[in-house]
Amino acid sequence: MNILDIVGPVMVGPSSSHTAGAVRIGQTAGRLLGEKVAAADIRLHGSFWATGKGHGTDRAIVAGLLGFAVDDPRIPNSFQEAQRAGMRFVIGSITLLNAHPNSVRLQLTGQSGRTLEVIGSSIGGGRICINEIDGLTANFSGEAPTLVVYNQDKPGCIVKVTRQLEQSKINVATMQVYRDERGGHAVMVIEVDQAVPAGCIAQLEREDGIEKVIYL
Amino acid sequence: MYRSLEELCRSAEENKISFWEAVARDDCRERQISRQDSFSQMERMYQAMREADEDYDPELRSRSGLVGTDGGRLQAYVDSGQAICGDFMGRVMEKAVKMGESNACMKRIVAAPTAGACGVVPAVFLAMQEKYGFSDEKMTEALYVAAGIGGVIADRAFLAGAQGGCQAEVGSASAMAAGGAAYLRGADARTIAHAAAMALKNLLGLVCDPVAGLVEVPCVKRNAAGAVVALTAADMALAGIRSRIPPDQVIDAMREVGMSMPACVRETGEGGLAATPEGVRCRECLSE
Repeated sequence: MNILDIVGPVMVGPSSSHTAGAVRIGQTAGRLLGEKVAAADIRLHGSFWATGKGHGTDRAIVAGLLGFAVDDPRIPNSFQEAQRAGMRFVIGSITLLNAHPNSVRLQLTGQSGRTLEVIGSSIGGGRICINEIDGLTANFSGEAPTLVVYNQDKPGCIVKVTRQLEQSKINVATMQVYRDERGGHAVMVIEVDQAVPAGCIAQLEREDGIEKVIYL
Repeated sequence: MYRSLEELCRSAEENKISFWEAVARDDCRERQISRQDSFSQMERMYQAMREADEDYDPELRSRSGLVGTDGGRLQAYVDSGQAICGDFMGRVMEKAVKMGESNACMKRIVAAPTAGACGVVPAVFLAMQEKYGFSDEKMTEALYVAAGIGGVIADRAFLAGAQGGCQAEVGSASAMAAGGAAYLRGADARTIAHAAAMALKNLLGLVCDPVAGLVEVPCVKRNAAGAVVALTAADMALAGIRSRIPPDQVIDAMREVGMSMPACVRETGEGGLAATPEGVRCRECLSE
C-alpha cells in the first residue's frame, strides 16, 4: 500500500471492491490464461452475487476478461464490447466453501481451446487475491511480477526454478508451493522484485519436471 | 507511510520542511522513484478529479434508479443565489453530490480514500481552487497532505466501511480534505493535523448502512456532509482552535468505535437506513 492507494486509484465506480477489484480479478485471470478469452463461465459468490448487479460487478468482470483497465470508460458497456470481441459468457451464482464474501469462480476457454479455472476474491480497496488455479490452492495479488510454475511433484523442481532466478539476478519476495497429491501435480507461486526476462521463462519451461510456466 | 500524525509533524519540523514535503519524500523513498515521478503521478490524480467533476451528466441515473440528477438540481439552486450556505459552500456541496452520483452511475472517479467517499476531497479542493486561484502545483501539494493523513488513518485504523462504518470512509475523507484545505490557507504541520482531527471527531460513529447494499443511499449525500465538515474543521484550526484530544488518539478512537460497531451497520446493508421499511422495499424492488 502506498499514497496512491490512498488518493487513487482512478477507477470507474461505484465500488472499489465490487467494481475495481472485480475488473482486476477478470484481468488477472485473463493474463493467467495467456490468450484471448473465447468463452467464460462466471459464477459469483456471496456479496458479489447479492449486490453485484447494482455495483456492476458482472460488467466489471467481463471488462477485466477483455483486458480493460479499472478506469476504462467502456466498463459499463462491457457486455456489448464482449459481443463485438466475440467473447461468449454466462453469469450465475455459486456457493463456494470457506470463500471470502466477494469471490468469483471463472472457468475460461481461450481461443486455442486452452482452459483455465480460477477462483479470486476482492479483499478491499480494489486489491485482490487469486485463491485457486485449476483446483490448486494459490494465494497472490498480481501486484508484483509473479511466476506460476506447474510441475510434477518430485524432488529437485524447486531448485531448478530458484537457480534460474538466481542466474537472472532476480530476488524472490514470496514463494508458495502446493500440490494436489503426493507425486501428482504441483504449483509454485513466486512473487519477485524484478521483471523476469522472457529468456529465463523459456529456459524454465525446458527443465525436466516443469510442465507449464505462466508469468504475470 | 507514517504510523502517526505526530511522527509526520516531527519529520516536517525536524527537517524544516512542509507537511506535504515530508509525505512526498517518504513516498519517493518507499517506492524508490524520483521526486518528479511521484509529483506527476499525484498531479494526474488531481487532473482526474477535475475531469470527473467536469464530466458530470445531470441526466444520468444509476442502474438501480436510486440516485442521479440531484447534482443538477443543487447547481440550479446555488446558481439562483438562494443557498443558505452561500455561493462557496453551495458549490462545495454541489461538487460533492455530483461526484457521488457520477460514481454510482459507473463513471470514472478517483477513490479518495474510497469510491464511496470520492466526492469529499475534490469538492473541497476544486471549489477552493476556483475561489482562491491556487495553481495546480499547489493543489497537488495539498493532495499529498490529504494522502499523508489518509495513510496514517489506514495504518492506525481503517478506510473501509465494511471494517469501520462510514466514519472510516467519509470521516477519513473529511479529515484528509480538512488537512488539505488548512494547508492551502497557509497552515503549519500541527494546524493541519488538528484540522484533520477535528473533522474526524465530528463524524465519529457514523455508520455504513447503504440501502440494498449499494453505494448510493445515503452515500451520495454524505459526501456533501463530509466536505462541509472538512471546511468547518479547517476554519476552526486556522482560527487557532486545537483538538482537545491529540490527533492520533482521535484516529485510535475511530478504530475503537469501528471495531465495536455491529456488523449490521458495517456495509452489510442490514441495519440503519437499509433496514427502514422504505429501505427494505427498495431492496425488494431491486431483487425482482
